[in-house]
Amino acid sequence: MRPFIYEKATSETDAIVRRSGSNAQFLGAGTNLIDLMRERVEAPDALVDVTGLSRQIEETPDGGILIGAAASNTALAENAIVRQRYSALARALLAGASVQIRNMATVGGNILQRTRCTYFYDVEGSRCNKRNPGSGCDALDGLNRAHGILGVSQSCIATHPSDMCVALAAFDARIHLVGDTGRRIVPLTEFHRLPGDTPEIETNLEPGELITAVDLPALPPGARSMYRKVRDRASYAFALVSVAGVLQIVEGRIVEARIALGGVAPKPWRIKEAEAGLIGAAPGEAVFSEAADIILSGAITRTGNAFKPELARRTIVAVLQNLSGETR
Amino acid sequence: MTQRSDDTHDRTAKDTMRFDRRTVLAGSAATLASAAFGGGVIAQPVVSFDAEGRPVRVPGGLGTPRTRRDGPLKVRGAARFAAEHSFPGMVYGALAYSTIPKGSIRTLDTTAAEAVSGVLLVMTHANAPAMEPPEPFYSSPTGMAGSSIPVMQSADVHWNGQPIALVLADTQENAEHAAGLISAEYDAAPAVTSFDTAAANTELGFHAGRDLRVILGDAEAALAEAAVSVDVEFNTPQHNHNQIEPHAVTVAWQDGMLRMHDCTQGVDLSAITIAKVFGISPANVHLTAEHVGGGFGGKTLWQYHILAAAASQLAERPVRMTLSREGVYRVCGGRAPTRQRVALGADRDGRLRSLIHTGTTMKIANNAMTESFMEASEHMYRADAMHLEVRSGILDMLGNTFMRAPGSATGTFALETALDELAERLEIDPVDLRIRNEPETNPTTGIAFSQRALVDAYRDGARRFGWQTRSGRRLGRSEGEWLVGTGMAAAYYPYKRFPGGAARITLHGEGKALVEVAAADMGMGTSTATAMVAADLLGLPYEGIEVRHGDNTLPGALIAAASQQTAAIGASLRAARIVLVAELAALVPINSPLHGLPANALTMADGALVALDDPNRRTDLADVLARSERGVVSAEAEAPPPTEWTTDWSMHSTGAVFCEVRVNAITGELRVSRITAVYDCGRILNEKLAASQFRGGIIMSLGMAMMENTYLDERNGRIMNPSLAAYYMPAHLDVPEIDVAWTGVPDPQAPTGARGVGEIGMNGPAAAVANAIYDATGKRIRDLPITLDKLL
Repeated sequence: MRPFIYEKATSETDAIVRRSGSNAQFLGAGTNLIDLMRERVEAPDALVDVTGLSRQIEETPDGGILIGAAASNTALAENAIVRQRYSALARALLAGASVQIRNMATVGGNILQRTRCTYFYDVEGSRCNKRNPGSGCDALDGLNRAHGILGVSQSCIATHPSDMCVALAAFDARIHLVGDTGRRIVPLTEFHRLPGDTPEIETNLEPGELITAVDLPALPPGARSMYRKVRDRASYAFALVSVAGVLQIVEGRIVEARIALGGVAPKPWRIKEAEAGLIGAAPGEAVFSEAADIILSGAITRTGNAFKPELARRTIVAVLQNLSGETR
Repeated sequence: MTQRSDDTHDRTAKDTMRFDRRTVLAGSAATLASAAFGGGVIAQPVVSFDAEGRPVRVPGGLGTPRTRRDGPLKVRGAARFAAEHSFPGMVYGALAYSTIPKGSIRTLDTTAAEAVSGVLLVMTHANAPAMEPPEPFYSSPTGMAGSSIPVMQSADVHWNGQPIALVLADTQENAEHAAGLISAEYDAAPAVTSFDTAAANTELGFHAGRDLRVILGDAEAALAEAAVSVDVEFNTPQHNHNQIEPHAVTVAWQDGMLRMHDCTQGVDLSAITIAKVFGISPANVHLTAEHVGGGFGGKTLWQYHILAAAASQLAERPVRMTLSREGVYRVCGGRAPTRQRVALGADRDGRLRSLIHTGTTMKIANNAMTESFMEASEHMYRADAMHLEVRSGILDMLGNTFMRAPGSATGTFALETALDELAERLEIDPVDLRIRNEPETNPTTGIAFSQRALVDAYRDGARRFGWQTRSGRRLGRSEGEWLVGTGMAAAYYPYKRFPGGAARITLHGEGKALVEVAAADMGMGTSTATAMVAADLLGLPYEGIEVRHGDNTLPGALIAAASQQTAAIGASLRAARIVLVAELAALVPINSPLHGLPANALTMADGALVALDDPNRRTDLADVLARSERGVVSAEAEAPPPTEWTTDWSMHSTGAVFCEVRVNAITGELRVSRITAVYDCGRILNEKLAASQFRGGIIMSLGMAMMENTYLDERNGRIMNPSLAAYYMPAHLDVPEIDVAWTGVPDPQAPTGARGVGEIGMNGPAAAVANAIYDATGKRIRDLPITLDKLL
């Protein structure tokens, strides 16, 4: 690891000042960033520790929840409001990483974690457009079992690894940012970028911008949520496919439907068109299948991940069936 | 109960056994085995049996479930491992690795690395000292290296990940940072890095001194004529070692000696092999490895040891070299991939007419390490005709090596899955099919089994598990989303005892003895088992036995491999005891009732020297020792040649594994929900440690079944998941309660009655899982690992 300077920010302003003008990065718990530095994927001159900033988790006046960016994954998963109203979020958090990592990892860091594509990690031996723009992508025709099928490009097929973000996407989460030019709020689904031919640019963060909080609006009354993660072992593995679903059924008709996918795309994946198609329908395998087909219609597979569309389709349908009370 | 000195007892045993060696029933019930062998010929001085022929445990004696002696040290962090030793002035090493599989280094830029603060030395092929290539396993009786590839002697690259430079610095962090700044350009040469390419050009496998081919009759013709047959192909992937302790060594050249704190499975062989590399006498290498954090076959001599010693020589500083997890994947090999054909032909009643087990595995040009997957098929079932053959292809890759149950782990998966398929076609219960083909003598050599109670293991296992007999029909059921099925398989592992074992026993004072053996304890409890065997042989309390091991200056040249070390230690201790009793006999006081008795009329029991024919004639050891020069009597001896298994007997451990799996009908996710395994491994010396070994092997086999897979990019031979985050092994949630049991029938030919327990757990569960998956889903998966995409 390259030697670096470590500083601890005392306030948001202090954090932004400390980071400005240098090859510095904000440091959450470091559960991903420090690994990336060890692997020499990242080599900042300085780390500005922002874990001392907001860890608050509080109810908002409109019945939603505001989560400080430095709140730990464990604290968020254990929060009573989250468990009661946003159970898919609690489930997603608990499905991720290990207890030890969750105790450390922050919400802001989780959102900004980088892909686990093994070619991305192999600085010495592999080509990666995300790491070294224009160098090529060894995953395209390589070992790509874990890779993406939606939103991918010819330059990059990496997935975003977060479980939490998939649930956040389903809950219409918004990310609160602060930077040199002031504060702004960005929907989570518009925060991460698709790779196109610039896979090295992963988010719409401006240089030096800091995530300060995430808020979730209130769910419609009676809506249920669920997170289901499918992976290669029972714990401590990234999702091959994961699905966060929200469903509200009134008098036998779907009035609210949200479907977010993980493990299949460079960002938490939501297709509003598929959700809209469910509104007004009576819940059932056929309509759920149709929604899944819409979501997966653009899927592009490779040798290793050819199973993912079918796995995703089945998981989407199962989650929606479960939410509608129609279990196998 | 009679008591005899060991030599008398050996003679009697052999005479008895020779008399009826061909009449001993294979698979006989424990009671029959006990009757055939009798209590008196059992390898223990004192032993009695219960109604089922199992040895009755003497309180505190052999079998007692004792906790590992090194446990408290490890829990307190007081046990020092290779990377926790230090020397004054020590510096730290880090490696840079090649990124091509074959060719030569054109340029190697070390300037940036040399400029890093704290860097003392960057060693490359340009400045590394001249060294002989290391001797790999099987190239000489002492070869301990993974390959014979010369170490940093030229610009040549032999595998993707080969060390191309070593950095020494004042801290590990500086060394690693600098190593990351080394850049190389290569002239690539054509390389073979794909299984299919290498499989197109194979040679007959050769391993451990023999060609890997057994032909009995015309197996193809017998297969064609068989009433019922199966003919199927299996694929198993490459695996890497993931010991909890990454490989490390701390070295210093001091006063003409090379001193090494290592994590090896064989202190002597490692010392001899590295001595030859540096052209020095093995007597000038002092190598210790008291605590080793997991071995599994991978803690042998690799390039990093040699590079650390060379850099230490060049820099004239002691060096600590700890491999990163990635480093372990780049430098230390693992299990080779296989593609196997198993074809079985049988009569309608299930009698095997033909057993064909052939196929291809991979190795490198510079080792003799062929994954001998045909082994279980040689020893497990009788068949009229057999064709067993392993062919090896050559890959340009990191040298493959031993990995827990090498050969038999992959081989039993194929054989035991194929048997399940045959059982289904025959409409015979798979347990029954195996019992019907239980051989009376070794099926390929005709030699009698020393002891074999596999049928008991099948029956006991089936009872414990609640096995439902089946005849060609799946019994799987569904529970909600989950498809539930059961399956079984046999387990197999050979008994071995390597030559070279020796031990020294030193009696000092009442009830105390020091036992010294150059054995390795990788955490499995060797020092504990050694103390128990010694206490039993010497008639002393367990607590009074001190064990020293893991040091090449101690007696013997043992290696913790092939589940044989405990047998080798037992034989060595027995030999040393004979010498010890002779020494004690010479010291017997005139007023002792033992005075005048020859050594072979004496034994040791309850802290005394005792007449064999009359336990009441005795003299306390304290009184005998008082007559020695310094109150100490010491005896050292070498174990006799291991003819019990090399020429005299067919000695194999077996077992029966039953499991229940759950397969998610929607996602294909696989969970193993229940396992029962019953082993026939001879006497169990320590129930707690043995159970732990069995369970560990089973868990590793579950990993093999469900997830373990080295992602080798076949385009360039690079391992793409060199990390515990990306190379999956079972996590706690993947492992159910594991019920283990054993027949416990002592093997009359094994030095302590015990065969090994370290590896057999690895063999069987993978097939049992695959067979249970079939029961649950109707899908036959013959390629490992069985990931969910194969079950969608």
